[in-house]
Amino acid sequence: MTAPALLGDAPARIASVGVAAFADVPRTAGADVTHLDWRPPAGGDPDLAWKLAELTGHARVERANEEAVARLLGVRPVWRDVRTARDCLPVLDDRATGERVLLHAGPPVDWADMCGPMRAGVIGAALLEGWADTPEQAQRLADQGALRFEPCHHHEAVGPMGGITSPSMPVLVVEDPGTGRRSYANLNEGAGRCLRYGALGDDVMDRLRWMADVLAPALREALRARTDGVDLRAVTAQALQMGDECHSRNTAASALLLRELAAPLARTAHGPDVLEFLAGNHYWFLNFSMAASKLATSAAHGVPHSTLVTAFARNGVEVGIRVSGLGDAWFTAPAAHVEGLYFAGYGPQDANPDIGDSAITETNGLGGFSLAAAPAITGFVGGTVDLALRTSRDMARITLARHEAYRLPALGGIGAPVGIDLRAVLDTGIEPVVTTGIAHREPGIGQIGAGLVHAPLECFRGALAAFPVPA
Amino acid sequence: MERTPHATPGQPPEQARTLNVVRSDAYADSVALMRAAGHLTDLPGVETASLVMATAPNKRLLADAGLLTADGDRARPADLLIALRGSADALDRAVAAVDGLLDQDVPPGEEPGAPVPRALTETDPATGLALISVPGPYAAAEALKALRRGLHAFVFSDNVPLDQEVRLKEEAHRLGLLAMGPDCGTALLDGVPLGFANALRPGRIGLIGASGTGLQQISCLLDAAGEGVRQMIGTGGRDLGAEVGGRTTLDAFELLDADPGCALILLVSKPPDPRVAARVLARAVRAEKPVVAAFLGADHPAPGGSVTVVTTLRAAADTAVRVLGGTPTPPWTAPHTEPGPGPFLRALYAGGTFAYEARQVLPAAAETLGPFVPGRQLALPERHVILDLGDDTYTAGRPHPMIDPTVRAAHLRAALTDPGTRVVVLDVVLGHGAGPDPVAPLTAEIERIPVRERPPVIAFVVGTDRDPQDARAQRDLLTAAGVLLAPTSTDAARWAADLVAPRTAARESRLTAAGGRS
Repeated sequence: MTAPALLGDAPARIASVGVAAFADVPRTAGADVTHLDWRPPAGGDPDLAWKLAELTGHARVERANEEAVARLLGVRPVWRDVRTARDCLPVLDDRATGERVLLHAGPPVDWADMCGPMRAGVIGAALLEGWADTPEQAQRLADQGALRFEPCHHHEAVGPMGGITSPSMPVLVVEDPGTGRRSYANLNEGAGRCLRYGALGDDVMDRLRWMADVLAPALREALRARTDGVDLRAVTAQALQMGDECHSRNTAASALLLRELAAPLARTAHGPDVLEFLAGNHYWFLNFSMAASKLATSAAHGVPHSTLVTAFARNGVEVGIRVSGLGDAWFTAPAAHVEGLYFAGYGPQDANPDIGDSAITETNGLGGFSLAAAPAITGFVGGTVDLALRTSRDMARITLARHEAYRLPALGGIGAPVGIDLRAVLDTGIEPVVTTGIAHREPGIGQIGAGLVHAPLECFRGALAAFPVPA
Repeated sequence: MERTPHATPGQPPEQARTLNVVRSDAYADSVALMRAAGHLTDLPGVETASLVMATAPNKRLLADAGLLTADGDRARPADLLIALRGSADALDRAVAAVDGLLDQDVPPGEEPGAPVPRALTETDPATGLALISVPGPYAAAEALKALRRGLHAFVFSDNVPLDQEVRLKEEAHRLGLLAMGPDCGTALLDGVPLGFANALRPGRIGLIGASGTGLQQISCLLDAAGEGVRQMIGTGGRDLGAEVGGRTTLDAFELLDADPGCALILLVSKPPDPRVAARVLARAVRAEKPVVAAFLGADHPAPGGSVTVVTTLRAAADTAVRVLGGTPTPPWTAPHTEPGPGPFLRALYAGGTFAYEARQVLPAAAETLGPFVPGRQLALPERHVILDLGDDTYTAGRPHPMIDPTVRAAHLRAALTDPGTRVVVLDVVLGHGAGPDPVAPLTAEIERIPVRERPPVIAFVVGTDRDPQDARAQRDLLTAAGVLLAPTSTDAARWAADLVAPRTAARESRLTAAGGRS
């Protein structure tokens, strides 16, 4: 780097931080002065602020982040298959392990600490697997420690809301052809009474069984006709042009995906039923968006000295992040409250705190980061289109790159901001924005609204405290 | 909402309540907070209002003043803490008024709606310099970020840990950048002033200083003598200490030596570490142009070459003028003055260098009275007092006395009413960055007491007639209030010393050794 000359270099451009009146002094001589809207970094902890400065512009960190971003952007997510969970996720292979394991959303959480909707998911899964005949029996199994729980994220999987994934559930398989790397997500049940929101009942169980017995084989058969699978990156890129941000709004993406497989699906045994189910599910693409995002951010994980955030996930009690250069550790904070709109008859007092792995889409530049693409959903927060544009602009202030494929038409076609930088979040105090659904806090009821939530600064402070300054 | 009725005659007055309100993540700088607190204090029914960032030292100060409640104690350093005492009704009004007071105007020329950068890492890549005046615990971090982004740094903040200063300056040197400060009061780069700076005529002298007010005094004296300033680089008060080792001074020397417009380099510092002074003087000897080094009160043998060593600010300016072929100002003689009843000097400086200079003539004077606690009665000791009220002890959590006169006004009131006072000395520093009328809060205190009932007050004004406050107008106001004027800090210190003790030959030689050893 060539340092700018201090003397003899007119006109001077100056950044002023601190006392506003001092910015006026060089202005009297015609200097171009920007006075920053500064606030104490890292939430006001001077030691963390100093550490943050030491990581700023650090050659090894910069190189590591370039590498992590390149890996993230290099992933081409392709939908390859639909399989039974136990067949592709070794941790769920009860035939081999003899264990009853369930995957859940967010950072690790024990049965005793789980929130209502997630407990309902556990009970529903135990019933589905035939481990129990009644909800009471299922609860007893969990109380006795007969069930083991693992985060989806620990197994290259992701699940919306409660995220409970059990051995017999079908999962979609997304692959990066370049590396052979794979990620997984369960299938979306649609709107209304769903297990992922903690709804229980025969209707919920019947649908899950139908998804395993009818939907999954039909999808599998339809996919077989497509030797190259379905390019999810292309679907996402198109959907962003059509009003989706691919987290809370998946209307366009779901339609595009349905179109890709409609003809072969129509030829399968239960074609009309399958098509009817998919036609009625505006959220169908969400789980694809999540799996594709997990695939991309996983590729960016594990680069030594990289400050790129590779996961943000919530279990309904705690939220947590993972950082590329910090290994498998989670940095957590109490789950935040979602600001949003509620279905008739419900209000904030009914809401469970923030829950689900779906915020993985934000770490991949979608959701709140691409809010500019989805003016239709700004109403969730009583917001305006301007707010949506500003949100995407603000998210660019805390990210390392622009996504080369995911472009935002309302911002002149610029790429979606991607690659949350731990340092930038703590330096600006701008918390990542997440668009998300709201679950009822009691087990068995389900979704009651949707809105916006921020990833709390506290997670990022914890990660910075743990981050070693490279030599 | 039902309002509590006002107290009416015949009823006991309403009980004063203490209230803390916390605004999360709502940073405002100390000057903005002080201004807002001033407005709130003026509201009827409000006894006290204090707005601070909720750092541990600030919370301690509030607790000492009985203004901290449990709500305030829970606030974190990034939170804004509003502490109020007054009637319930007044407190409601005060809380409602806070937001409007803290709203910042959009600076001219900036597009509304475009986000203002929050962090240095967000600034336009063409930015060449960062001007940093955030609270001390965060200042070095901001400066390090500036350097890492390729910006030179001017750090006004004090209260910066010494190890961070060393790190900062090592990093600057490594990157080929200049770190001015921390605790850097002034600079003038190609005519662009930073920090506190006077309106100076352009010229051919390059100044380097570990002393902000010292640089201002010398540059104003040069200006008065018809010489102009080409560049002025502040280094921070500790730069010539043993730990920092003159890192910025040496880097600044390289810059000025290479600047063809600089005909002479003038260096000023409080007493430096002897080994560091030797290193700096060794560099000065190799300079391609004459050098005047003013090491206040420290005897250093002239190192040879075209280097002159002097020990006072006045001598520094006079020598530079003479070396460049001009005529220094003639010596000044103090008029006869009737001292106050007591035996003691009370010198209350905003400029640390002036305090250093004065201590050379009265080394036994007390240098600190401990931290200032608002509302607590100040007691002056039974001895000479020479205070640097811009020192960290007095500025933790509040602005420099050149911006905020509160602390100095309280000391001045105590000095004027203390029967032990023989003479009071004040500095008045003008220029960009200083208040619009720095004399006013001083004369307001002085004029409380009839001229015959108070000890004499000696003052000197550091400024030029082109400064926003106009040095001549400020001097006239001081004279009108009965204040005695000295032309320079050096003359003021000598005058005051003469009033408290007969002049000795040794001191005389110290204050007049004006570069006679070149």
